[in-house]
Amino acid sequence: MSDLETFRKETIAWLEENCPAEMRKPAKSEADVCWGGRNFQFQSDAQKQWLEVNAARGWTVADWPAKYGGGGLNPAEAKILKQEMTRMGCRIPLSSFGIWMLGPALLQFGSEAQKLHYLPQIARGEIRWCQGYSEPGSGSDLVSLQTFGEDKGDHWVVNGQKVWTSYADKADWIFCLVRTDKEDKYRGISFLLFDMESEGVTTKPIKLISGNSPFCETFFDDVKVPKDQIVGQLNRGWDVAKYLLGHEREMISGGGVSNEMPSIGAAFNEIVALDPIMRAEMAAFDVDTLAFKAMGELFMDELKAKKGHPAQPNMMKYAGTELNKRRHELVMAAGGSEALEWESAATNNGAKARNWLRTKANSIEGGTSEVMLNVISKRILELPGA
Amino acid sequence: MPLFYDEDQSMLEDSAAEFIKTEAPVAHLREFRDKNCPDGFSHKLWEQFGEMGFNAIMASEEDGGLGMGLKEAGIIMKEIGKNLAPSPFLTTAVAGVEALNGGSKALRDRYLPGIIAGKTVLSLAIDESSKHRPEAIAMAAKRSGNGFQLNGKKQCVIHGISSDMMIVAARTAGSAGDIEGLTLFAVEKDTKGMEMDAVRLVDSAVAAHVTFNNVELTADAVIGEVDQGQEVLDRLLRAGRVASAAEMVGVGTGAMNITLDYLKERKQFGQRIGEFQGLQHRAAHLYSEMEIADAIVRKAAEAADAGVESAELLVSAAKAKVGVASNLAVREGVQMHGGVGMTDEYDIGLYMKRDRGLSEFFGDSRYHANRVAQLYGY
Repeated sequence: MSDLETFRKETIAWLEENCPAEMRKPAKSEADVCWGGRNFQFQSDAQKQWLEVNAARGWTVADWPAKYGGGGLNPAEAKILKQEMTRMGCRIPLSSFGIWMLGPALLQFGSEAQKLHYLPQIARGEIRWCQGYSEPGSGSDLVSLQTFGEDKGDHWVVNGQKVWTSYADKADWIFCLVRTDKEDKYRGISFLLFDMESEGVTTKPIKLISGNSPFCETFFDDVKVPKDQIVGQLNRGWDVAKYLLGHEREMISGGGVSNEMPSIGAAFNEIVALDPIMRAEMAAFDVDTLAFKAMGELFMDELKAKKGHPAQPNMMKYAGTELNKRRHELVMAAGGSEALEWESAATNNGAKARNWLRTKANSIEGGTSEVMLNVISKRILELPGA
Repeated sequence: MPLFYDEDQSMLEDSAAEFIKTEAPVAHLREFRDKNCPDGFSHKLWEQFGEMGFNAIMASEEDGGLGMGLKEAGIIMKEIGKNLAPSPFLTTAVAGVEALNGGSKALRDRYLPGIIAGKTVLSLAIDESSKHRPEAIAMAAKRSGNGFQLNGKKQCVIHGISSDMMIVAARTAGSAGDIEGLTLFAVEKDTKGMEMDAVRLVDSAVAAHVTFNNVELTADAVIGEVDQGQEVLDRLLRAGRVASAAEMVGVGTGAMNITLDYLKERKQFGQRIGEFQGLQHRAAHLYSEMEIADAIVRKAAEAADAGVESAELLVSAAKAKVGVASNLAVREGVQMHGGVGMTDEYDIGLYMKRDRGLSEFFGDSRYHANRVAQLYGY
């Protein structure tokens, strides 16, 4: 038996033994997702236990090095773990911007001391992170950001406002783009980390069309940030930001977590039996879903082997988000009038409608579809003057 | 196994790309079209394919082949597609060989050496109507003495008049729609009672309408088991679908590449038209669709090679997806070329024609989307 076959066998056995039955049922809503953090309220003992056994084994971040709290798996092993978790229907033990976004940036740009300090906290789900990027005047044109960090010797004093900060009101720490040089647009931004409990930080949730408030406005009023909380070099935070945006785009595209994309037509068996046009649309959608899943697999294989075009995450983000929006349009169409219910127990308080509305942000957040197409044109297709 | 090409596969890709681009660029297709070649392809090129080892990909090592699979055959198909190279590779060395792999040693010994050497050409007589509907095969093969007698008609048999052997699917029992009762036959060239009507298609391929009038075959012409031909037919179709899908990835990619070149050189309003965001976004969307189509074709090939349960679903998803994507590539290609896209002088129109042909071959995107729905149980 090859090493990988042995690994697969052991992985299956470990999952069978350690994954609680409740954690093998699909998450029904946002409330079932484990985000970790100082103030996280576990939904159940099973959720807590599932996080703890994974954290102990390093499998919340299976492919990170063991000394930073990871599982130290190679790409082939990590793929097997993901395959077996998908096959058994195991939930992701910990969802976290720390894992998807900050972690990879720290692994690439952080000092050894920073890696040893921050990464294990992320791996164990102890600290919940949020991302301070967009500002009211800086959306697609992110590099024009104005939040300013004034040099005060051993620390910066940060003033300004961020917007669309996901879960800022629930996060413990923030990774934040701050202007440290007003003269140089690109080389005047630094990548700072600080505690959301610092004096001068306030958050205000933004009510969205879905009725939910996953995003916040975040205000900084003379917030002190020690100098050792910068990632990468002074004024070179844009390099970190761009690297990290690549990971954010993978996450939003589902490239990293494309597990749950079952057949939509099969889910609405009775509807499609009576509606041939709906059936045809859903069949075409299922084709696109299978194809995008294969793309996700190819993309991740290439990423792990450091092959593939560096701008490919932009394509994944574009295609993945547009696909997800289409899925929810079909779910609403199949749901008919029941899917219109906004406040009813039968619909879990309008979950379908709220999820549908939420997906509209997919192709806006983390770079709009139009910006993605610009990047593909310029960096992959090398079209002139883009 | 990763979905990207490993070292050996990348080497195969490089050598196939270089060879086909040199020996059979689009000008090669034009040459054979313009001289109205009755075969529609070059026998010399077919022998060169043999020398390159391409024709041995799908045959087992035991049979003198390379024992590789559809992933490798797909690499060759993509390069054929990019260059619009007319070749019997798909019908002979991929689908034909895969059918023979499900047949007797005697049949393999008889045909494989010639195929591997680039001498023998096979054709496939499956469809009986204008649309691909293998589940509706009705042509009769009645038992006659120790053998069989074939009567009926087959449509759109590509390379039919040029082939040394034609694989014919017919009913030895049951009626259209039954799983049991199909039998596949290896019918030699010039067998008495076969009439062929050659017709040139929009993409310059030559197809034949074949009529079988009391065609007598001996029992050793049967590929696989009598009445159990569905299994061999499934092998043939799976291989043909993956291979035609891979060729379409090549066609779409080739069309996209020449269109991108055109966007970078054509000037209007004092600037290169590729600077216009209206065209850039369409080109970027097309790129995205072609990448995704390529990925599902690779995945389908991998699944078919591994014989996993999901292979049928993935194969149909691949043909359905690439049908839409490569069609987008050729339509956008002609439109973005503007007026010259309508001229015979520019190649983009040839890509559009080949795409149309391939989209019908082994089932169009609607047929396969419907099949995906059926396999999902709705």
